[in-house]
Amino acid sequence: MHYPELVNSLKVFLPPDAVLYKAEDTRPYECDGLSAYRQIPMIVVLPQTEKEVIKILQICHESKIPVVARGAGTGLSGGALPHAEGILLSLVKLKDILEIDPVTRTARVQPGVQNLNISKAAESYGLYYAPDPSSQIACSIGGNVAENSGGIHCLKYGLTVHNILKLRVITIEGKCLEIGSSGLDTPGYDLLALITGSEGMLGIITEVTVKLIPKPEKAQVVMVAFDDIRKAGNAVANVIGAGIIPAGMEMMDKIAIHAVEGYVHAGYNLEATAILLCESDGTAEEVTEEIQRISEIMEESGAIEIKISSNETERLMFWAGRKAAFPAAGRISPDYYCMDGTIPRKNLAHVLNIIEKLSTEYNLRCMNVFHAGDGNLHPLILYDANLPDQLKKAEEFGAKILEMCIQVGGTITGEHGVGIEKINQMCSQFKTSELEVFHAVKAAFDPDGLLNPGKAVPTLRRCAEHGAMHVHKINNKFPELPRF
Amino acid sequence: MQHFIDQFIDIIHVAAKNRTPLYIRGGGCKDFYGNYTNKQEGEILNTTVYSGIVDYDPAELVLTARAGTRLIDLETELNARNQMLAFEPPYFGSTATLGGCIASGLAGPRRASVGAARDFVLGVRMLDGKGNDLRFGGQVMKNVAGYDISRLMTGSMGTLGLLLEISLKVLPLPRVELTLRMEMKESDAIKEMNIWASKPLPISATCFYNNELTLRLSGAESAVHAASKKLGGEKVIEDSVFWESIREQTHAFFQSNAPLWRLSIKSSTPPLLSSEQQLIEWGGALRWLICNVNTTEDILRVTAETAGGHATLFRNNRQSSSVFHPLAPEMERIHRRLKKIFDPMGILNPGRTYQGL
Repeated sequence: MHYPELVNSLKVFLPPDAVLYKAEDTRPYECDGLSAYRQIPMIVVLPQTEKEVIKILQICHESKIPVVARGAGTGLSGGALPHAEGILLSLVKLKDILEIDPVTRTARVQPGVQNLNISKAAESYGLYYAPDPSSQIACSIGGNVAENSGGIHCLKYGLTVHNILKLRVITIEGKCLEIGSSGLDTPGYDLLALITGSEGMLGIITEVTVKLIPKPEKAQVVMVAFDDIRKAGNAVANVIGAGIIPAGMEMMDKIAIHAVEGYVHAGYNLEATAILLCESDGTAEEVTEEIQRISEIMEESGAIEIKISSNETERLMFWAGRKAAFPAAGRISPDYYCMDGTIPRKNLAHVLNIIEKLSTEYNLRCMNVFHAGDGNLHPLILYDANLPDQLKKAEEFGAKILEMCIQVGGTITGEHGVGIEKINQMCSQFKTSELEVFHAVKAAFDPDGLLNPGKAVPTLRRCAEHGAMHVHKINNKFPELPRF
Repeated sequence: MQHFIDQFIDIIHVAAKNRTPLYIRGGGCKDFYGNYTNKQEGEILNTTVYSGIVDYDPAELVLTARAGTRLIDLETELNARNQMLAFEPPYFGSTATLGGCIASGLAGPRRASVGAARDFVLGVRMLDGKGNDLRFGGQVMKNVAGYDISRLMTGSMGTLGLLLEISLKVLPLPRVELTLRMEMKESDAIKEMNIWASKPLPISATCFYNNELTLRLSGAESAVHAASKKLGGEKVIEDSVFWESIREQTHAFFQSNAPLWRLSIKSSTPPLLSSEQQLIEWGGALRWLICNVNTTEDILRVTAETAGGHATLFRNNRQSSSVFHPLAPEMERIHRRLKKIFDPMGILNPGRTYQGL
């Protein structure tokens, strides 16, 4: 089907403002949160109902038109990068909270609902939706499912995959799959897990039923300064080894501490080589008991300063620094490149040591922020794209970090997804037979490969040619969003 | 240990070539579970030789072990370091293995509060039906590289592959546990369990049987004691024996020769099929029914579906070929395609879950 014909066939059932095809209308969709990659789509469609989604997919299936799904477009790996000859399927207009059931603690929502709005809607029942990616004021639940989003509380409360019960998924053929149930398990294969984190490659999500959990009575955070990053790493292991699962456990290195302190004045110790933020939540009694134990362990682990938040304002202040890490990097450097590897925590000192050596080798600064509880590391490589070779050097530096993450038993992406950005590193993490399984799984849902082609799983040919990847200029597409 | 894997690969190659079924078996404790299959036609593939812990660092909260490792050995090792498999897997026999635990995907009393087996699986090493040695996921908590094949394997009853090694997230043992019991009508118990679950209370297990609601509190000492004051009821002595009897189905309720059905449904569902003996777990989301002949399979399937869930014929003294709840046609189609990918010759546990899988 040719382009004007396609536009006409879409306009038959979609209102005029829901089919965009002029460059000035489609340009805003040229990239997601990873603005280094840009591509103007052929057509953008904005359906309002599941029925419309089904019709769009049926047309695309029949005419073999690629479809890229997009939620709020805040993703950091280019997962929603449009296809030049394809349709960009925006799901932002499916934004209704369909049902909140306080008795069974569930919310049934459309994919375009913003993550934080679910918690807001559940607030009056004393409930909330636990996964809290840093972009939660903007990102949508459909995208959260597609990326299996985490958040700073995921060591204790889990990722998206642990917090959803049911999905409605439309296949490329326009068939509806009802996955999951209102119970705690389902017969057959765990397609709920398979779809979660599948980056829009297997189907289009039109409805999500999430679990809601009771809001903890109280939360308190301990801010701890160390003069040695190894001591900080050991302190994390000591807390967890003592049987405590903190609600949040975050680490920053010296460059990060200085960058954020100069920016938000959170009261961080500038003498410190590493700072840990360790949060406890639960009943008032529980939190008091746990904070006491955490403080003792921190002291035994060689902390040079321990501050306990004395009220909610102070707790949020301590967090404000950590949450401002990405914008703070933007303040001290024209460009930064954010990595997302996860490592077994015991290798932290080793990994940071090598990052420091690479930093010297490439003559590029690198600040490290770290979801310390679950091993998810975000090194931010600072560079200036206007200087010759810096971009290329930052890319190489980043690729070396990711490969090291694999070497120490970790992964190239903890929470941002593979998208288009880390597709070459997939060749390092998986061998051919495993990549073949991924391709076959995709084909089981989408035999013609029309959904989000070219993302998440590299072709075997691409892996054979691995090494030829370019462009990594990172602009902060959403400067107003906290990123951590 | 590699030579065991090489042997498994050889066995799979031969079976694939001859299209003879392989029945994957660990300790054999869950032989009763799933559809009846006539094992005369194939060969039993025993996994117990491939055993042992590969890696365990308590401070990482991650354990990797071979599929043939006995659950009892794993839990002994974990308990010695004050940790546990939080989903409280049922053994159904002392020889139960980790492979069987993950392949069946079953979870025990703590399920409603902490999650199921699949929630703790971080990665697997497996052989598919072609004998390919594959690894998915890993040994870290957060990992979004590639599709989540590890969780797909969990609960697939060995129909997609032979599990070799499994990495799991483990959790600290609760500092304190306390069990309370109170008399209550079934309808009230279902209401109360749902109300309590919406409050920040450290409830880690619930069981309603014979007009008695038993519930377990787990966590920090102060939190457990504060909650027990709020909830009231009588303290149960030797409570771990009780919860084990529920998990292992050695409790009096389960001692019957009539078919045992498992209904996994919406937790708030009011009392159903009142003519049947029942035991309720998971805050109302799991109903065990011992069914007399008048309550047909159809009635149970419809009842479960109406309540937003599904029904499984969990134990039956007769041979059955429709243990699991039928899949919707579109879902069945995807299931068959997935089976074809992992096991194109259809040799791995054929028919154990559904015809054609």
